[in-house]
Amino acid sequence: MLTKRIIPCLDIKDGRTVKGVQFENIRDAGDPVELAKWYAQQGADELVFLDITATNEGRKTFAQLVRDIALHIDIPFTVGGGISSVADVEVLLQNGADKVSVNSSAIKDPQLVAELARHFGSQCVTVAIDTKYTEATGWKVYTRAGTIETEYATIDWAKKVVELGAGEILLTSMNNDGTKAGFALDITREVANAVTVPVIASGGAGSMEHFADAFLKANADAALAASLFHFRELAIPDLKKYLKEQGVAVRI
Amino acid sequence: MNLVIVDYKAGNVQSVQFALERLGVQATLSSDAETIKAADKIIFPGVGQAASAMAQLKTRNLDKLLPTLEQPFFGVCLGMQLLCTHSEEGNTDLLNIIPLPVKHFETDLKVPHMGWNQLEHLQSPLFDGVEEKEYVYYVHSYYVPLSEYTIAQSAYPEPFSAALQYKNFYAAQFHPEKSSSVGSQILKNFLAL
Repeated sequence: MLTKRIIPCLDIKDGRTVKGVQFENIRDAGDPVELAKWYAQQGADELVFLDITATNEGRKTFAQLVRDIALHIDIPFTVGGGISSVADVEVLLQNGADKVSVNSSAIKDPQLVAELARHFGSQCVTVAIDTKYTEATGWKVYTRAGTIETEYATIDWAKKVVELGAGEILLTSMNNDGTKAGFALDITREVANAVTVPVIASGGAGSMEHFADAFLKANADAALAASLFHFRELAIPDLKKYLKEQGVAVRI
Repeated sequence: MNLVIVDYKAGNVQSVQFALERLGVQATLSSDAETIKAADKIIFPGVGQAASAMAQLKTRNLDKLLPTLEQPFFGVCLGMQLLCTHSEEGNTDLLNIIPLPVKHFETDLKVPHMGWNQLEHLQSPLFDGVEEKEYVYYVHSYYVPLSEYTIAQSAYPEPFSAALQYKNFYAAQFHPEKSSSVGSQILKNFLAL
């Protein structure tokens, strides 16, 4: 049976993990490769690395880092951040990334999604959607790291990118992100049920119950979290054991 | 051992090479007919789209060469599908080594079939040391139905061929290079054939 995926997300700046990640048993918690290996051993099903570097120099460091990660871990990983062309993706895939995630550049030029799918196949194109709810607008898509509201209703944009060739959607609720109050179950369910590709729930994870809700109530195919794992508030083996007891198919 | 990974610009050959490096094995990447012919064992990876992968093989005349090989050969993911006769993906004629079709998943479940799924009915030395129902990583939208050449299966929701063997041609629909310790074991087993 296909299992639900648990995905830790690491933010990378100039080749190092950001946020004060705290781990015992790890020589250098700022070293993304060390962290990635540790997560793989813990039973993470996939990893996501987001490059938040703004400089060209940093981007080159990131490509080198992708190669290092690919050499050292034996589970799939997605890379994102600042990808805006076929050439960008080519470098990352050639260095061993399994999937890439695009966000603002897809809003700016939706045909990029089609172009990437045609060049590399839908299976390696994840579209990241940042969404925010207000009473006046409903769930809308935001761009530029969540700073600018777009014209798109979330559900319409999700359907559109899948039509264009996205193989997966990474849906982050800005209302929930950082709250630890749980994933945005309503919009996650709505998107998961509206598209034919897998949907990763993101933003708001604070407890094991929240993951169970994302899978059982919102029909998500995967769930992503960052600080909850990085600060060891939740250990992946405990989480998976709990999910299994709740009737969620997980890889243990 | 002279191990060659067929490099035909269709997919992430790097991941396979890295997985072998983790096992302490150096492999040569090549699309050169003589180099491939001289190999003791050959790995044939692939991700992406069937028609464009076939076009890449034809450009390099590999569509003529690969069916004639007699050494242990391991097709992975799209590399497995390309060994078959015909794919529904882009209505594409394939290498026609293994007389089987490649079909699109027709299901209410999400497509691509993406993530970790269980191996069952293991029946090959390729799976020595691998238990029934262990997990491997998949990403694909097309599949090969069960057949007399199936040596392992998974279900989504109906059972399909997780792995095939036809003469010296072994193949896996999943990604052993991304399937943690189970995948490493399978690669090791192929190297030991």
